[in-house]
Amino acid sequence: MSDRPESTEAEAEAPRVPGFRTWRGVYLFVFGTFLLLVLALALFSRAFA
Amino acid sequence: MNALDWLVLLGTMLGIAAYGTWRTRHTTHLDTYLKGNRNTSWITIGISVAATQASAITFLSIPGQGFESGIGFVQNYFGLPLALIIVCAVFLPIYRRLGVYTAYEYLGNRFDRKTRLLGAVFFLLQRGVQSGITIYAPAIILSTVLGWPLKLTIVVIGVVVVVYTVTGGSAAVNLTQKWQMGVIFAGMVTAFVVLVSKLPSDALHIAGALGKLEAVDFSFDPDKRYTFWSGLLGGLFLSLSYFGTDQSQVQRYIGGAALREGRLGLMFNAVLKVPMQLFILLIGALVFVFYQFQPDTPVFFNRVEWQRYVDGPDGAKFRALEEKHAALHRVRQESVQAWTAVRAGADAAAEASARTRMVAAQKAVDDVRREAKAAISAANPRASVKDSDYVFIGFIMSQLPHGVIGLLIAVMFAAALGSKAGELNALGTTTTIDLWRHFRPLAGRDEARNVRNAKGWTAFWGVFSILFAVFVSFEENLIEATNIIASLFYGVVLGLFLVAFFLKHVRGTAVFWAALAAEGLIIALFLLRTSLPALNFSYLWYNVIGCTACVAFSLLLQAVLGGKTGPGNASS
Repeated sequence: MSDRPESTEAEAEAPRVPGFRTWRGVYLFVFGTFLLLVLALALFSRAFA
Repeated sequence: MNALDWLVLLGTMLGIAAYGTWRTRHTTHLDTYLKGNRNTSWITIGISVAATQASAITFLSIPGQGFESGIGFVQNYFGLPLALIIVCAVFLPIYRRLGVYTAYEYLGNRFDRKTRLLGAVFFLLQRGVQSGITIYAPAIILSTVLGWPLKLTIVVIGVVVVVYTVTGGSAAVNLTQKWQMGVIFAGMVTAFVVLVSKLPSDALHIAGALGKLEAVDFSFDPDKRYTFWSGLLGGLFLSLSYFGTDQSQVQRYIGGAALREGRLGLMFNAVLKVPMQLFILLIGALVFVFYQFQPDTPVFFNRVEWQRYVDGPDGAKFRALEEKHAALHRVRQESVQAWTAVRAGADAAAEASARTRMVAAQKAVDDVRREAKAAISAANPRASVKDSDYVFIGFIMSQLPHGVIGLLIAVMFAAALGSKAGELNALGTTTTIDLWRHFRPLAGRDEARNVRNAKGWTAFWGVFSILFAVFVSFEENLIEATNIIASLFYGVVLGLFLVAFFLKHVRGTAVFWAALAAEGLIIALFLLRTSLPALNFSYLWYNVIGCTACVAFSLLLQAVLGGKTGPGNASS
């Protein structure tokens, strides 16, 4: 273990990202972005097949 | 390369290294040396995570993959965003709360000393062996194409990275990786713009018609190499192991001012990594279109190697293959032009007929390329016939203007240095924290001595990797060995961490022996694969089997041992 005292930061620390109040919101946004990207890629493949 | 290229290359490569060394030369605190500055922002962490993963091979091989097989390879990264969300939600808060320097410290806290040592030794074995290969792999390609001596290329890359990594530790790695990623971004965007300027307006349609733009395949066909499902599942296991338990990544995101910085840095990668890989693959697919219109497209893209066979005793056979390829390439060119002429027209039957001829012409060219590779294998069974790694670098050297060539070679070196620095930093840290300080707890209380030792171990691994790359005779096709070595250990290590996080009743002794048994199983499967054909499956499955076996054996052993074993869940 490190010699410095254990961090006291809370796991529920706010993301401080405009539009997001919780980390769950950030994760959902990232997951949603991934799904949109997959959809866009599928459409891209179809457009140029 | 001319004087301008050399100026750009040396200016960026040595300039960034010198800047990193100078800015971090007074790093004397162990925390800063191992985790970076406490005020490290999320963007620095995010860039550092990306730079550690993106090696020179990423920028040499992935365009080649796009050239050869199209952009479908991007599906291999589909598990990555999900894995990073899990790391953010589960792994990172625990590492931060405990204030660990290495992921394996957590295993010691959750289980016991022997399990911590086992995790650290697995990491050092895997990364230590890989460290020689990761420096050799880009050096062999760059030295072949640029005509530089191989050993000198290895030593130059190695010495530059050792100097700044030893001097400033994590602080230097984070700082230099930010600038190196800037060079990489500038170089790849420039290459893309130049490439697009050389292509016809219907380049994407040509690539699509020849099967290079099939990005997503939702089928369940096990014979298909890349599908949405295999990428999602296999990529999830691989990425979870790599980002969650591999110290070279853990070290990048456990620093920073707060938990938020690490989390946002990882989310930055979760959003951008797949588009970045797609961009590199798309460059490869567009280079493929570019070569459709070039009169001197080679039959084998490692031209130096090919010339050796043309000049050798079987030269006539290789020259005949060259001529056959040139003739078929001309037919293909004509068929592509014929298809583009009717593509946008109203005559669907003419378009379909022209497309069939174009696809057939492409197949004929692919067949003669396979013949050429078979001829090389027959002449020299130990030769590597994988020439796709030479496609993009060959394009850079022959098609880009001077200055941009230097910038693109700097991209390769920046990527090599950035990933190597992260690797050495992690090897030095794990050896110091999990081995040296573990066995010398009294000496470990001396801050200055800790930093000296961390520097010493980082230097040791740097010198080890240089010597390993210089003196061990790799076959080039053994580059794949890096992935195989990783897969031999990653699954079991991931299993250790999953038991630690989610199976609170399992204790140290059970998981320790379970991990050893699972590793024994994986090594047995690996050794028996040549004698038992049923076991000759893709090495990526070792990740899934190793992880599952470790978890299952742990549950079984804990049930047998009951409450007789040692410490269990001190901190989780």
